[in-house]
Amino acid sequence: MSGPMRLADGGLIDRSRPIRFVFDGKSYQGYAGDSLASALLANGVVLFGRSFKYHRPRGVMAAGIEEPSALVQAGSGGRYEPNSRATDVFIYDGLQSRSQNRWPSLSFDLGGINSLISPFIPAGFYYKTFFGGPKLWLLYEHLIRQMAGLGMPPTQADSDIYEHRAAFCDLLVVGSGPAGLAAALSASATGARVILAEQDERLGGSLLTDPATIDGLPSDQWITKARESLIAAGGRILTRTTAAGYYDHDLVNLVERLTEPGQTPGPDGLAQRLWRVRAGRVILATGAFERPRLFEGNDLPGVMLSGAVRTYLRRYGVRAGSRAVITTDNDDAYRTALALAEAGASIAAILDSRPGDSVRSALVQKAMTQLPVHFGAKLIAAKGSAKGLKGASALIDGKVTALDCDLIAVSGGFSPIVHLHMQAGGTLAWDELSGSFSPDQTRQNQTTVGAAAGVDGLSATLLNGWTKASPKAKATAAPTCASDDDVALNIIADWEPAPQARLKKAFVDYQNDVTAADLDLAWREGYRSVEHLKRYTTLGMATDQGKTSNLVGLARLAKSEGRPVPSVGLTTFRPPYTPVTLGVLAAEATGAHLDPRRRPVLYKTHAAEQPIWQPVGYWHRPRAYPMGTENLHQAARRESLTVRTKVGVTDVSTLGKFDVSGPDAAIFLELICATTVGKLAVGRGRYTIMLREDGMVMDDGTVWRTEENRFLLTSSTGGADRMAAHLSYVRKVIAPDLKVAVANVQEHWAAVAVAGPLAKAVVAAVLPQMTVPRHMSLDRGDLAGVPTLTLAASYSGERAFEIYAPSDQIAPVWAAIVKAARDLGGCLYGLEALEILRIEKGHIVVGGEIDGRASPHDLGLSKMLRPAGGYIGHTALQRPAFAEPGRLQMIGLEAVDGSAIPEGSMLLTAPKTLPVGHVTAAGLNVIKGGSIALGFLRDGFSRTGESLIAWSPTRNQTAKVKVTAPVFYDVAGVQYRD
Amino acid sequence: MQRYSALSLLRGGLNGQKSWQRAWRDPAPKSHYDVIIIGGGGHGLATAYYLAKVHGVRNVAVLERSWIGGGNTGRNTTIVRSNYRQPALHNLFEFSLKLWEGMSDDLNYNVMFSQRGAMFLGHSDSDMIRLAERGDAMRAAGIDAEFMTMDQLRKKLPLLDLSDKARYPIVGALNQPRGGTARHDAVAWGYARAADALGVDVIQNCEVLGIDRVGGKVTGVQTTRGSIGADRVGICVAGNSGQVAAMADLRLPIESHLLQAFVSEPVKPMIDMVIMSQSIHAYVSQSDKGEIVMGGDPDLYPTYSQRGRPDRIEGVAGQCIALFPALSRLRMLRSWAGTTDMSFDGSPIIGTTPVDGLYLNGGWCYGGFKATPASGWTYAHTLAKGEPHALNAPFSLDRFETGATIDETGSGPMPHHR
Amino acid sequence: MLLIACPNCGPRAQAEFTFERPLASIVTPTETLPDLIHKLFTRDNPRGPSWELWRHTYGCAGWLKVHRDTHSHQISAALPVDMETPS
Repeated sequence: MSGPMRLADGGLIDRSRPIRFVFDGKSYQGYAGDSLASALLANGVVLFGRSFKYHRPRGVMAAGIEEPSALVQAGSGGRYEPNSRATDVFIYDGLQSRSQNRWPSLSFDLGGINSLISPFIPAGFYYKTFFGGPKLWLLYEHLIRQMAGLGMPPTQADSDIYEHRAAFCDLLVVGSGPAGLAAALSASATGARVILAEQDERLGGSLLTDPATIDGLPSDQWITKARESLIAAGGRILTRTTAAGYYDHDLVNLVERLTEPGQTPGPDGLAQRLWRVRAGRVILATGAFERPRLFEGNDLPGVMLSGAVRTYLRRYGVRAGSRAVITTDNDDAYRTALALAEAGASIAAILDSRPGDSVRSALVQKAMTQLPVHFGAKLIAAKGSAKGLKGASALIDGKVTALDCDLIAVSGGFSPIVHLHMQAGGTLAWDELSGSFSPDQTRQNQTTVGAAAGVDGLSATLLNGWTKASPKAKATAAPTCASDDDVALNIIADWEPAPQARLKKAFVDYQNDVTAADLDLAWREGYRSVEHLKRYTTLGMATDQGKTSNLVGLARLAKSEGRPVPSVGLTTFRPPYTPVTLGVLAAEATGAHLDPRRRPVLYKTHAAEQPIWQPVGYWHRPRAYPMGTENLHQAARRESLTVRTKVGVTDVSTLGKFDVSGPDAAIFLELICATTVGKLAVGRGRYTIMLREDGMVMDDGTVWRTEENRFLLTSSTGGADRMAAHLSYVRKVIAPDLKVAVANVQEHWAAVAVAGPLAKAVVAAVLPQMTVPRHMSLDRGDLAGVPTLTLAASYSGERAFEIYAPSDQIAPVWAAIVKAARDLGGCLYGLEALEILRIEKGHIVVGGEIDGRASPHDLGLSKMLRPAGGYIGHTALQRPAFAEPGRLQMIGLEAVDGSAIPEGSMLLTAPKTLPVGHVTAAGLNVIKGGSIALGFLRDGFSRTGESLIAWSPTRNQTAKVKVTAPVFYDVAGVQYRD
Repeated sequence: MQRYSALSLLRGGLNGQKSWQRAWRDPAPKSHYDVIIIGGGGHGLATAYYLAKVHGVRNVAVLERSWIGGGNTGRNTTIVRSNYRQPALHNLFEFSLKLWEGMSDDLNYNVMFSQRGAMFLGHSDSDMIRLAERGDAMRAAGIDAEFMTMDQLRKKLPLLDLSDKARYPIVGALNQPRGGTARHDAVAWGYARAADALGVDVIQNCEVLGIDRVGGKVTGVQTTRGSIGADRVGICVAGNSGQVAAMADLRLPIESHLLQAFVSEPVKPMIDMVIMSQSIHAYVSQSDKGEIVMGGDPDLYPTYSQRGRPDRIEGVAGQCIALFPALSRLRMLRSWAGTTDMSFDGSPIIGTTPVDGLYLNGGWCYGGFKATPASGWTYAHTLAKGEPHALNAPFSLDRFETGATIDETGSGPMPHHR
Repeated sequence: MLLIACPNCGPRAQAEFTFERPLASIVTPTETLPDLIHKLFTRDNPRGPSWELWRHTYGCAGWLKVHRDTHSHQISAALPVDMETPS
């Protein structure tokens, strides 16, 4: 036997498999199949945790996922999980668990002082005090934050992995109680592909608490048979799998737990799996929650839901007390009373709030012959402490009566679990007698069955599941149960506490310590909308999300309002149904795999040179190739100087590249490009810009006429994906009638740029049979046996070429060019040198001067625009703001005081004035030295020669600068020509 | 107005909480108001408060379709900051931040404005330059902004992944120390209570069905509680601006999209600041209750459903775990969604409309909460004077027509490009 | 998450698609400035059925016209972009 409260036999635990686990440093023994709660209860543990606000001692209230109180910290290190419900953790060997939100220990908790001052800290007290300004609040808040929170936060990265899987089915059944199993069997019999999801580790639902005889078999055998037949028919059964969210178009997310909190996973390392199930239909067989009732001390250890008491008894073989009081408004609690009595406990009283003249079922009549049943009776108060219950007082026959007990089993009726139905957009219907909402209209393809639909009694539940799952199902073929097992609830909801009960100790939301008195206070203060009540008092906002408390609170509000419950409204049911580990939501897509990492085709070749890398969008490109002890800036300076004086080679394979062909290719490109394209001769190219529909510059590049009806368009690396989408949009939506084909050849072509005074010599050396093309011309030739295309275009301002080759054949081309360049004293250069060179030439770049706010006019590109218009962005450019004074216009800047111009700094006319512009990019004059920059300045085109201050207060840097034209090298433009 | 204080709590404790009065009245609509504000969110209630307090216009009604604060006021991630690059934006949001700093005392309602710092992480040198530009622009306007060193980051946020193995390794951060969070519901309640005390009628469960006009001028509104006359009507219903403006035949530069957010189960303190990132589009903070509050990009398609796509949440979870690996074992407790007015440059609209007597406050995209006091202040000015305050003048409705857009991210003319 | 029936690929999850704009907001370079401003910079923004342009970005990359309710999310049509929109 594992503990004093464990019965000698019975239950669904495996007594042949004892399991050792630790709670608060003490080692205990349970059995395989035990939850942490059942194993601790078996060992006589009654105190599980402390509440959020008042730090009141709390035991375990429920036996399932609705548990509000018994929260523990489980596991350690990279498997540590706070706030785990002891009722929803199945024990395993070596489980380490601790109580939480207490200091220094669970039995002696200093936070309990809050309980003493509770009269002064009612609901919403914090809105009414702690004034005196934000600095003072920060001090108060520091203390409040230490007190708040539940478990200690994890501090380590997760040790385990998670995955997502997609699945499709004709029917998804959520819940494997009698209704769910009947539904799955029924659909499966008609050939439907069925997925059955059960949050528990075993199938059966309520049958695990109340075994029955179904189709002549004991229910455990019937469940086994059902499982086998579902699997045989090709169905998928997922246990320990919770339907967490019901989304649009019948998408249901299932979370499958492959490990318990803190548990080491199997060899695959998987802790949990998220299933995205797109279902043809969904059957929701999610059951019902039993509700607590309002009485003083209803939160004390030893007060439990009636069904939970029975579950511990029957499923786990644990008797939670030896002398019990039952308080109920329905017949179900009588089963608990009889079961307890049968297990040797004494029943101090059954307090049935229903009137004495109500109809009595056979079950009640049976109980009346054995047990002290009182009708019209209510519990007033439970008495006890952290050590457990010491008795109770009740209102029996109008008299206050003391009762001796160590267990109170509470049943305030049942609420159908309608969360998924509501997430799916359904509506609810109210039943006043049972005090419950059940599903009414559905918006998606879902049907709720069984207790979740308010169906009462086992035979009706089986029939309901069977018939609703399949239109073809014959009612006569439905599973049937023995008549003894068919217990109806006969709820007569009664929300009213006994008048003698002190409401400030009658808890509605246990975890958040919201009492009936709090709800009444909030109402008096005008927080009368159900949402205001919730948000002001925090009702239903704890980790149980009000699963047991919401309706009790709603009923209290309805009483204050003097209106029926449904008219006061409901708060929204939102995913997830139960809390979902963030790790399984993310699965692989986090950490180093958060986003893809794109590597240029020459990545390994570059890596051999040990460059400094630079991220550009998803790409990683070489930023510089340092030699010896060079740092980034030294390397970039050397590389740029080599380009200016000799020759440099760089990889430009990541540029956006588009092949545009067809009779209307030129017309198409004149929609895309704001420059003239159509007049381009075959074999020639030109610089171009592309505008957004609102007239702002989107990107720049070059356009080449490779054949009469074929063009190559290039664009920036970072903007390539956007450009691809833009071209597709224009082609397919704006100009569907054009005879043109657009192919994205970004990764088809790799490209090597060669730049510098000796670039022509390099090209001549590697392509001896080809005439070296003049600036903005192209030619073709074989290089190292590879067919290549050579474009003469300059970004650096030097004579330069881009040599294109198919990506899979670029390696020898690169090698040959690099060798030829090095033979002439040249070097490799990276993005940093490229940046220095382009700044010196005043070439704009996406993310720099092309900032999404600049028009072509602002960038000094008005003269390039095609006068006839007709390109995208032309019309929007006619808006008046583009021509108004005060626009930020692109200028150059030269440091006049020898300091470096800080990138991103503000441009001021004098200290302590407001900025008139800013620096977009700063570099240096490669040959002469000295800091130069590009930037934007209000009306900058007319301010050449003006002195300004480039000021960066965040970096404590300042430079005196002079406004120049945005070009610093070879202003006449002769270097890049022959 | 019954004053709230530690003493009042003491009194409440001693008399069984019997002394508390209603926070705001529940008045029936009058037949006519000087100003009607459609929408009882934080912005509308703040507008009413400042109309009464600053401009002496007290014959004001705030009409709320449902319960006050139930729209985006109660659905955001409660971040307050003014760390914008564009002057029109940081001027407005800084004015707002200053009002936040005095709000709890001004309203005699603790909105728990917590200046824990709001920080943008940088993940590359180019990120750092863009952050420097933002910070320098702020500092030049007198707004606090400072870089944090890696050591400071390590000390302040020990659970942040500062390793170079990260997909986007963190290389630095720009902090706004005066940024932080506030208790969102309290803002609506605090403004409602203070406005009510100045004579404003806060009318809940009163849906506007039509906007009455005579000769092109607004004369009042039709509601589920009858017709109500007004000299001026201010729309303040971000998320539904298009629907309400259509009642006056206006077509707005706004699409209604959806933004989701979610919280973890509460834990003891683990993240001490508001964290945003220049490269990872997610934001993380921890509430006073201990929940980790997370959000990211909107769902990027028009919807009024308030039902989010799960893949968006999953993506944000991955982003947040990438920043704070220890978050992996926490559990998402609750997710929700709000309908946001997505304007076409990412900036709000506060000002006049082509309809005489009708004003518009909307287009807040997903950044309206932090603007609540300044939005109310400038809108009250606009409603009282008939013309905008200097702070909201740039945020005119006609700026898309003129081209004078205010585009912080430069991402262009489509709401879904942001 | 929506299930959108791509005319080329069949029913696929919304994650594969991107919303582009309402069909009424498609503008061509020949549009006059007032028309462009009206179409590009204002919206009906209906709470209800709407014709929209979507792209199956992470599928066939094709464009499609989708008739979708912005509140219920019911999709009543998903047509190839070159198909005439039923009036």
